[in-house]
Amino acid sequence: MSILLNKTTPLIVQGITGRIGQFHTQEMIDYGTIVVGGVVPGRGGETAMGKPVFNTVKEAVDATGATASLVVVPPPFAADSIMEAADAGIDLCVSITDGIPAQDMMRVKRFMRRYREDKRMRLLGPNCAGIITPGEALAGIMPGHIYLPGSVGIVGRSGTLGYEAASQMKELGIGVSTSVGIGGDPINGSSFRDILALFEQDDDTSAVVLIGEIGGPQEAEAAEFIRDHMKKPVIAYVAGLTAPKGKRMGHAGAIISAFGESAPEKVELLREVGVAIVPNPSEIGATVHAAHAKAA
Amino acid sequence: MDIHEYQAKDVLRKFGVKVPSGGLAYSPEQATYRAHEIGGSKWVVKAQIHSGGRGKAGGVKVCSTEHEVFDAAGEMFGMKLVTNQTGPAGKIVYRVYVENGVEIERELYLGFVLDRSSERIMVVASSSGGMEIEEIAQDQPDTIIRSVVDPAVGLTEFQAREIVFKLELGASHVQGAVSTIRGCYRAFRDLDATMVEINPLVVTSDNSVMALDAKMEFDDNALFRRQEIMELRDKSQEDLRETKAADQGLSYVGLDGNIGCIVNGAGLAMATMDMIKLAGGEPANFLDIGGGASPERVAKAFNLVRSDDKVSAILVNIFAGINRCDWVAEGVVQALQATEMDLPVIVRLAGTNVEKGMEILANSGLPIATATTLAEAADKAVTISRAALNQSTLAAAS
Repeated sequence: MSILLNKTTPLIVQGITGRIGQFHTQEMIDYGTIVVGGVVPGRGGETAMGKPVFNTVKEAVDATGATASLVVVPPPFAADSIMEAADAGIDLCVSITDGIPAQDMMRVKRFMRRYREDKRMRLLGPNCAGIITPGEALAGIMPGHIYLPGSVGIVGRSGTLGYEAASQMKELGIGVSTSVGIGGDPINGSSFRDILALFEQDDDTSAVVLIGEIGGPQEAEAAEFIRDHMKKPVIAYVAGLTAPKGKRMGHAGAIISAFGESAPEKVELLREVGVAIVPNPSEIGATVHAAHAKAA
Repeated sequence: MDIHEYQAKDVLRKFGVKVPSGGLAYSPEQATYRAHEIGGSKWVVKAQIHSGGRGKAGGVKVCSTEHEVFDAAGEMFGMKLVTNQTGPAGKIVYRVYVENGVEIERELYLGFVLDRSSERIMVVASSSGGMEIEEIAQDQPDTIIRSVVDPAVGLTEFQAREIVFKLELGASHVQGAVSTIRGCYRAFRDLDATMVEINPLVVTSDNSVMALDAKMEFDDNALFRRQEIMELRDKSQEDLRETKAADQGLSYVGLDGNIGCIVNGAGLAMATMDMIKLAGGEPANFLDIGGGASPERVAKAFNLVRSDDKVSAILVNIFAGINRCDWVAEGVVQALQATEMDLPVIVRLAGTNVEKGMEILANSGLPIATATTLAEAADKAVTISRAALNQSTLAAAS
């Protein structure tokens, strides 16, 4: 029913003893996520939220068999924590932290290349809300109850705009296979294209909603991928119609600095490859509904 | 974060980049003194504002006597420079830089950016200096040289040499140009820059390779470890309201419209602005108060948005996920009571406990218009802001 995360995925939380770490660990446990432990250097041997705490990710993986990790670590130390997860053999790493220096992420991406592609960790974020497979598991900070289980995949940069999409879909009875946040930073772990490829392969996903925004090349790359490799219908909304050039709109990556990075330009590229464009953000659900009806 | 040209040159000089000798001045007298100190018979007086395109706006003057330096500086101080990058508001000149005038043989372009496709630092160079890179890309795209740097080894000597030979610099300039390129790269990497631009990089008649202009931008997310860069910050060049918002942990961008926006989350904030535009209105600002939308943050946001005189109505759009709508609604009511709001407010809540939240707003006795969908909220905001505008025009006329 999903990509990347399901009800059997064992997860650790890096930064489990912090205020935010504790809060969201409890939320995830309540939702049904298999949280098997946490990592906080120097706090090994303690327990947090009833789960064992380890000094290193390697120790945590050895002891618990964790395959996924949620990184809730302050910005100066987050890049190091992500690399530690990659080195310990974690398959899926979700980084929530907002404010990681761009060059730290550049080094993280370079570091991850030392592992063979089939052994390389999948990174979501940073600066994302996480990933949820409704009715099964959640690795992130999103409110689980706004998602109905179903067959439409969601991939987007923004947290709350993703919630808006999911709840509009729920109103219309449309469920979600998996919803993936790729985050608002200029350099991120997975791109739209990476996640679209996974949804295209997933038998339980019948259509995908892409929620983009101004800045960067990833929506244009997604359009190329959709044209060449996707059979499933894609519905897209690109935020930032009114954003002026050269101004950062909240997200570190949401800035129009080159040709092709504005919302109308991205919308045009997506429309050209047959993507159903959401005319306004109040009609995300309705557009998905119409596209679904057309495909069926 | 942006810094001034003179600061960028100071920084780059420490990394081995050659720049003309110059000095900073805060008054015409000091500018004259700087010219005298530098010596020679030709000086360039340059207005220091955080923007390119200063030459066309009257912010760069070539002078051949100390008197001319005095007059040029006198004209620039306090001047509002409007360039293609500042927007119509322009930027005021509080500092000028006096520099030794050099004889130019050739002008080149040299830039460094964080390339989001390769996710690495990329060198961009062109033999067509003096023009903006956007113009070069449009008019002479074939002259643009791009070279991506592997962060594991840095910018290698051979890579810099390749760029230099493609620029067709003579053999006597190769070493100077290679040092310049590698120096800029090291400054970029070591100081967490997001952009370094030398435009133009020049070859002088006495055969040196020099940065005639320099621009640097730094990663806001890395300033915590770059004290030396943080100290170069000049708040007089920043938008007052944006700076104040940032100091309070809010993300604000001022725009030209009249509907103020308060939203949680950057994507939803952009979507709300889009919706206002599609409903026939114009947003006055982008404002992301963060995912949580606590009462303190909502109150700060009201004060901030209200401080913009153009605003005639405020649209609040909050998606409460983990924090429930009733809690957010209470925060909105408290904030409105505390700020004695004199503008119409439209509130749209979505998410957990939305009915309860709406009830709290309705029972508050405050003149709040509510909406359930984003479209309805934007429509109401546009109608109400128009009515408020008409009323104030009528009041002004009578």
